[in-house]
Amino acid sequence: MSDSFVTASAELTNAVGLHARPSVKLTQLAKSFACDLEVALAADGPWVDAKSPVKIMRVKAAKGTILHFRARGADAAAAVASVVDLVGRRFDEDEASLEEARG
Amino acid sequence: MTNVGIVIVSHSAKVAEGAADMVRQMVGNSVRVAHTGGNSEGGLGTDVAAIMAAIDHAWSDAGVAILVDLGGAETNSEMAIEMLGADRRDRVVMCNAPIVEGAVIAATEASGGSPLDLVKRAAEELSPEA
Repeated sequence: MSDSFVTASAELTNAVGLHARPSVKLTQLAKSFACDLEVALAADGPWVDAKSPVKIMRVKAAKGTILHFRARGADAAAAVASVVDLVGRRFDEDEASLEEARG
Repeated sequence: MTNVGIVIVSHSAKVAEGAADMVRQMVGNSVRVAHTGGNSEGGLGTDVAAIMAAIDHAWSDAGVAILVDLGGAETNSEMAIEMLGADRRDRVVMCNAPIVEGAVIAATEASGGSPLDLVKRAAEELSPEA
C-alpha cells in the first residue's frame, strides 16, 4: 500500500522548538529514508518537504507546537516512527548547555 | 569522503572560521568543510592560492560547493576554480547564497548524500526568488 500516507504527530517539547539545530537534525534524519516525508503545523497541511533544510527552517515552530508528519513510500512507517522519536527525544539537545551557550 | 565538500571564502579570517565552526557543530563531521579568509598580513582579503588549498582540503569526488561573501571573494574563487585543471573544475560550484546560512544549508543537504547540483540549489533556495 505505497499509495496511502502513514501519519503521526508529536509535540515539540524542547525549549527552542524547531529552530536551526533541530531543523538540521530533522532534515538529516528525513533524508536517510527513501519515502516522501512531509511535516505540517495542522493535520490538514499545508505540507512542507521534511528533507528540505531551507523549508524546515522556515517553519519556525515554537515549543508546545504539534508537528504533524505524513509519509508515503516503502519505508514510510519507519520514517514517521523515527522522526516522531526524534521530536520525543527533544532532538537530543542538551538543554543545560544550550542555555549556557546562549549566555 | 563521498559527500559533497564545502568551502567558505570570506574577506575575514574570523568570519570564515566562525562559519565553518557553525557548520561542523550543526551538521556534524559527515561533510568536509574548509575555510579561508584574510590576507597574509592579517588584514581583510582573499587569496587565490589559499582558496585552492581550501578546495583541496574539502575535496570529494562528488564535488565541492563554495560559499563566498563579497566582490573579491567571488572573483578570486572563480580564478581558483579555473586553475584547478580540467579534471576537477567541473565538480566545483559557487553558490549564490548568504555565506553563513548558505554554508549550513549546503552542508545539511550534502550530509544526506545529495549530488552537487542539489546542494547548490538548496543553498540558493535561501535567497528570495527573483
